[in-house]
Amino acid sequence: MPSRPVTWPSLFTALMYAFMYFPIIVLGAYSFSDSRYSASWGGFSLRWYRALFSDRRLLAALQDSLIIAIVAVAISAVLGTLMAIGLARHRFPGKGLYRGMSYLPLIIPDIAIAVATLVFLASVAVPLSLGTIIAAHMVFCLAYIAVVVSSRIQRLDPNLEEAALDLGATHTQAMFKVLLPQLAPGILAGCLLAFVLSMDDLLISSFTAGGGANPLPIEIFSRVRTGVKPDINALSVMLILGSALLAGLAEYVRYWGNRQRQKT
Amino acid sequence: MTPAPSPTPAVTWADRLAPRRWLGPVTLLGPAGVWLLVLLVLPTLLILEISLVPGLRLGQPSGGYGLGNYLQILQPVYLRVIGRSVAFAVGSTALCLLLGFPVAYWLALMSPQRWRNLLLVAFILPLWTSSLLRAYAWTTILRPSGVLNAMLAAIGLPTQNWLNTPTAVFIGLTYSFLPYMVLILYASLEKLDTRLLEAAADLGASPRQSFWKITVPQILPGIAAASLLVFISTLSDFVVPTLLGGASSMNISRLIYNQFLGPTRAWGFGSALSMVLILAVSLAIALLIRYGDRNTVTET
Repeated sequence: MPSRPVTWPSLFTALMYAFMYFPIIVLGAYSFSDSRYSASWGGFSLRWYRALFSDRRLLAALQDSLIIAIVAVAISAVLGTLMAIGLARHRFPGKGLYRGMSYLPLIIPDIAIAVATLVFLASVAVPLSLGTIIAAHMVFCLAYIAVVVSSRIQRLDPNLEEAALDLGATHTQAMFKVLLPQLAPGILAGCLLAFVLSMDDLLISSFTAGGGANPLPIEIFSRVRTGVKPDINALSVMLILGSALLAGLAEYVRYWGNRQRQKT
Repeated sequence: MTPAPSPTPAVTWADRLAPRRWLGPVTLLGPAGVWLLVLLVLPTLLILEISLVPGLRLGQPSGGYGLGNYLQILQPVYLRVIGRSVAFAVGSTALCLLLGFPVAYWLALMSPQRWRNLLLVAFILPLWTSSLLRAYAWTTILRPSGVLNAMLAAIGLPTQNWLNTPTAVFIGLTYSFLPYMVLILYASLEKLDTRLLEAAADLGASPRQSFWKITVPQILPGIAAASLLVFISTLSDFVVPTLLGGASSMNISRLIYNQFLGPTRAWGFGSALSMVLILAVSLAIALLIRYGDRNTVTET
């Protein structure tokens, strides 16, 4: 092997890891600090966590966000998976157009989706509520789930389904007993991605919420806009722990999917 | 011109209700298709229409069609907003590429094999947390009494107000989208044919030569795809310019937001701006598909 500059890329990479984690560590440190405004350490305290757990408005916002994400992802999981299977298994006129449409939510910027949805809902006079946020979130949730499931379908062995049909399984049986179990890791991975995107969405929620609902990103945004809020630090730490858990789960799903594929 | 009659046999209701039918294309593709059509395609056509109604405001009778809203965008004050958005996007994409490439290179080709996956996951882990909170974290670092100034003061350097400056926006955008850059570049570098590098070294090429002549050309599609993704994301980002940039960092997303949820309520103008944004993003993607490697686009 020729000698290569080993040190500088690894050093630089270490620096970039520090860059990625620095803000998170700062938030974590501040969340345990007793002082309200200064950059100095005010002594260890759990007061912001106490404030967080007695903040009914914030907890209600978290509840709204969870309802939106869970309902939107659950429905999108079905619609997105069906769409991915349909695109993989059927040929029909206008398929290219249909596929293009399925990519639109990934391409069009959030702000434009948000504007279009608001104008549409206003023009058909649908009152804004939790339901309209869920409907709007389903647009991008089902598109992301379909993309993830599609990439998994492409790597499947189509012979398995045909074998099942040859051996006398009905189409329904072949789908539920052969295809869906193989797709499960992909569906789950897509759902996790969609869940995170839904929990994170500010713009589309802001434009479709009206006064009817107040999901977490809207509540956080309206608070941090006006300055530093120590209880938000504590909230960040809780949410980061939650996301780390989800990320771990996603990694496990990926590992499970790869192992399953190796088996077949 | 009549389309050729399709050879579908007459379908009875019994056929329709048979299980096989439920798995037909209509069942599989219908629900999601209708959803996207009603809640995305139709609304987009709707804002195209109202963008062509000059001076449309909420609750006011509208006049006829015209290009007034688009002409309004050409006013210097709005052109500056668009120019600033493009500058934010180009600058932070370049920074992401500059900072992300060595990381992806190290992860894909130099990191210990055993820990490679874990290291990659660790780098993109921040993506799983709220983008709003990650931008907020930077406000606590960059504000006048923040961590950065405390660190600068500790080593005797002059402090300054970082928050609400373009610098803060560049830092925030780069921070937010660096993991995407690294992820896509990594996927591209992982597939690099290292035998070519060994062959080049055997034939006497210096590491620098083989880097520019072999590595870079092979992963150029990956670089293009990653840069495009970061470019369109930063071009239309809302959270970072709002939280870190202050009043002086108005970009296109914030301008659109203000037309609808701010005091102006100029829906026609806001729709025209949205159409321009959609057009710009579509154009960038069309260029990549035309001149880039299609596979990298669909994979990412």
